[in-house]
Parts: sequence; C-alpha cells; structure tokens
Amino acid sequence: MLNYILRRLLTAIPTLLVLVIICFLMMHAAPGGPFTSERPLPPEVLANIEAKYGLDKPLYAQLWDYLVGVVTRFDFGPSFIYKDRSVNDIIAQGFPVTLTYGTISFVLATIVGVAMGVFAALRHNTWVDYLAVGATFSAQALPNFVMAPILVIIFTWQLGWLPGGGWNGGQWQYVVMPVIALSTSYMASIARIQRTAMLEVLHSNFVRTARAKGLPSSTIIWRHAMKPALMPVVSYLGPSFVAMITGSVVIDLYFSTGGVGLHYVNAALNRDYAVMLGVTILYGALTILFNLVADIVYAWLDPKIRY
Amino acid sequence: MITNSDRMDRITEALDEAADIKGRSLWADARRRFLRNKAATGAVVALLLVVLFVIIGPYFAVWSNEEIDWNVMGMVAEKGAPSIESGHFFGVDELGRDLYSRTIQATRTSLIVGVIGAIVAVTIGTIYGATAGFVGGWVDGLMMRFVDIMIAIPYMFIIILLMVMFERSFFMLFVGIGIISWLEMARIVRGQTLSLKNREFVEAAKACGVGWFTIILRHIIPNLLGLVVVFASLLVPLMILIESFISFLGLGVQEPQTSLGALISEGAGTILYGTIWQLFIPLFFFLVTIISLFFIGDGLRDALDPKDR
Repeated sequence: MLNYILRRLLTAIPTLLVLVIICFLMMHAAPGGPFTSERPLPPEVLANIEAKYGLDKPLYAQLWDYLVGVVTRFDFGPSFIYKDRSVNDIIAQGFPVTLTYGTISFVLATIVGVAMGVFAALRHNTWVDYLAVGATFSAQALPNFVMAPILVIIFTWQLGWLPGGGWNGGQWQYVVMPVIALSTSYMASIARIQRTAMLEVLHSNFVRTARAKGLPSSTIIWRHAMKPALMPVVSYLGPSFVAMITGSVVIDLYFSTGGVGLHYVNAALNRDYAVMLGVTILYGALTILFNLVADIVYAWLDPKIRY
Repeated sequence: MITNSDRMDRITEALDEAADIKGRSLWADARRRFLRNKAATGAVVALLLVVLFVIIGPYFAVWSNEEIDWNVMGMVAEKGAPSIESGHFFGVDELGRDLYSRTIQATRTSLIVGVIGAIVAVTIGTIYGATAGFVGGWVDGLMMRFVDIMIAIPYMFIIILLMVMFERSFFMLFVGIGIISWLEMARIVRGQTLSLKNREFVEAAKACGVGWFTIILRHIIPNLLGLVVVFASLLVPLMILIESFISFLGLGVQEPQTSLGALISEGAGTILYGTIWQLFIPLFFFLVTIISLFFIGDGLRDALDPKDR
C-alpha cells in the first residue's frame, strides 16, 4: 500500500509541474503585457517597471524564478494590478471563505447523494424510486448558475428569509444558499451513480448467496453490498471535486461572498495574469491532491487492485 | 424414399421462408428500442421544436437583436414586459433590446457550440484512443499518461485563461473546448479498442497484411460507433453547460454576440427590478434544450447498450 501511495505521489509531481509550466508559458505567449495600455508608457519607465517585476530577464530565467518561488516559499509573486497586494494576500483573504462553503457542499452532496441512491435502490420500482430518479434527473439540468438566481428569487425576494449575498464571517444564513446552489447538481449525479451501482450489486451472486445463508438484510447491505457499491461513486468524487471548485467561481461572483472566485473573475477582466496564474495553480494543486486521495481510497476499496 | 423427399421439401420450404424474414441489424434493433422509449422520443420532438424555433423564429421578429427600442428604455420594468402589440413577444432586455431576437440568437449560439464541441471531441478522441489502444506498448503508456495529466487540470480555468489572453471570440471558445473535451472520449475508446483488437477479424486483417491505420479506420472504429454515438450525445449538453458557465461569468463571447448563459446572467442580475421575464425566458430555452439532450442521450444508451438486451 505504501509503495502504491509513493508511486502515485511521484506521478502527481510531474503533473503539477506541467500545469505550472503550461500556464506560465500561455501567460507569456499572450499578446500585450500587463503594462500595455492605450497611452504607452515612456520606454524608460516601462523598462524600470519590467525590471521591478523581473520581466526583463529571459523567459527561462523568469520561469525558473517563478517555479522556485512557488515550490520553496508558496510565493506566487506580486499582483500586476493591485500595487499594494501580492497574489498570496489575495488568496489568503478569499480562500478560507471558498474552502468553508466548498467543503460543506462537497460533504453534503456526497452523503445525501449516497443515501438517496442506496435508498432508491433498496426500494427499486416503487414510487420512492421513481420519485428519486425523476428528481435526480431534473436536478442534473440545474447547474449552479441556474440554481443561484432561482434560490435568490424564492428565499430572498419572495419569502425574505435569507440574505441575497455577502458572507458576514460565515454566519449560517449566509452559507445556506451558496451550499445548496453549489451542491444540487452533483448530489443528483452521485445519487444516480450510487443507485445504479447498488442495484447491480444487489443482483449479483454473492449477495444472493448471503441471502441464502439467511443473513439479516442489514448485515447484507452494510457488510457485503456497501463496499463494492461505493466504488463507482469514489471514482466519480475526483471529477465532482473539480467541478465544484470550478462552480465556486460562480457562487463567489453571484453571492459576493468575497471568495477567491470573485478575485479570479476580476483578474480575468483586468488581465491581471499573476492572480489568474496563482489561482489556477492553487486549484490545480488541490485537484491533483484530491485525485490522489480518491485513488488511494479506491485502491483500498477494490480488492482487484494489487499494489 | 417418398417420406424422405417429403421431408426434404419441407426443409427447403422452411429455408425459403427463413430467407424471407429480414435480419435485424444492430441499428434497426436500436432504433426500435429507442422509439419505444417515450421519454426519449418526446425529447427528440422537444429538441426539434427548439431547432425549428431558431430557424423559423427570425421571420416573425419585429425587432432585430441590435435595435434599441427608445420608447421603453429606462422604463423596462413598466413597459418592457412581453406583449404582442409592441412586437416584443418576449419583452426587452436591460438596454431595451428585443429579447425575442436575442433569445433566438443565444439559443443558436448554444446549439452550435454544443454540436461543434461534440464533433471535435469525437473526432480527436476516437482517433487518439483507438490509436493508443491498438498500438499498445510504450506508445499507449505515453499517450495515456498525457491524457491523465490533462484530465487532472481544472479545465475551466484553462479555457478562461485562453479566452482572456487571446481574444474572446467564437474561434477561441471552440479551441478551448476542443482542447479539453476529447480526453474522456479517448479513455473510453482506448478501453474498448483493447478488447476489440484481439478479435478474429482483426487477426484476419493483420494476416492479410493490412496496415495498422487502415485496420483502425476500417475495422476498429466501425465497431466502436455505438459507444461513440452514446457518448457524443451526452457530450453535447456538457459543451452547452461549459459555454453557458463561461458566459455567465461574463468571460464568454462578446457583445453583440450572445449565448444562453450570458442572457441568464443578465436576467439573474436584474431580477430585483422586477423584470423577471429576462431570467425565465432564456432559462426556459436552456432547460428544455439541456433536459431533452439528457433524455436523448439516456435513450440512446439504453438502445445501444448490449448489456441491456
């Protein structure tokens, strides 16, 4: 097992490096630097500014400096637009917010999705099952950017129960709508996958054997059926994590939570490449780390994988 | 002897009859199963209606998508609601532009993005995956490692990065979506190819001295078609979702171009002024398109999946 984890770690590192290098090169291939404006700066001034941000060095030296900064000091460099803040400041300010509601959404989507899927599978072809299938099918067509305005119309505009945006230090009223908007469609996907997997397992031979032995159905479900039925869901957790990270940008923007996504979109509109690069690398690293964890959990669940 | 020839006659008769019965090909079989699926056929009708609306709708439009109706500008909430008399069948948007024309334009954008994105994904993904799976060995390992690396990158950020850094145009959008969308397809096709390549007909082709690329094109890919069709149909709504997501953030195609995501974003930003139709009309077209595409994909999978026979 340790061997397997180490090997997966070793493949994660080049992935991360490739990500950083691709993003960095793309940033420098783009026409127009961050200091190109409609009124061109005098060449001397421009040279000074470029020297300050290290843009006068050859490309490979800049890449090396950036890589060393990121790897040794977690330093993503200064923002090109905000003179007084570094990319690290911006991330440190917004990331806790995004992480808070992101984690809640992810845990909620997984637990509720799995529970719904198992429940529907156990009551296969009853009205409970049909209801669950119908609900999950339509919920999949409700991505976060559709859920967010609908929730605001219902809970803020019509009922007046919840505030339509803001964060307020993470008070629960401010967290509810971001969490629901972010988690709904993934909850639905997880429920669908779990239901299909559970149905397949319940019809398999070893479950029939367990029933023939006369085991109580709770033992069959928890001891025998649950583990194999969880495997497809576990392999879906990686992609859904990526999707949620991406979705958080919409949530940050629409609910003005002050999370990283808001800064990311502002940076994109202002061509603040340093911030975009920093956020992309941060989220990329999180994704790779999470995929690693998901793979290890999968290897632990699947008896067929030998390490 | 007489009885014997009698039997022979009966056998020939039976054989003639058998020859009259038409064999059912995989596709005829699948079509029958698909048409029996009420949800899927309903979805096809709904989708055709949307497409028809996009094609025929412009002939009924009173206002173009760029004209600003100066009579309602500034009083959108009071005067801009959908009505037949003013010619704004779906009302007007924030600037006083006709939402009917804008919705047609946006729906067209989204449909085109979905279809082209899926075509790109299918073409690159199938060829890449089939090659990797068929050639095997270290080539396969290298090609799939590359896909693994690409899949682990949060793609939405790469598309946004591309669009911001170069230009926010249709072309860049297609490039961005094209770069990422084929990866999953390549993985699936590779897996299927691995199981196909040891079959007898491939061996026979190899024994005849057919080149490996011709084998892929003539023998492997036709056998992958069912799988490819199913995944392509599930890719179309995915592409539309990606495009709408980017447009919702305001980072997609630029004005005067628009897409359903951009219209939903506009509508979502102005609901508090009471102009609720600006959200619900594009949302309606978005949901109808996405849900019917989901149902069609699901129906196709049920129809073409050999496991379910």
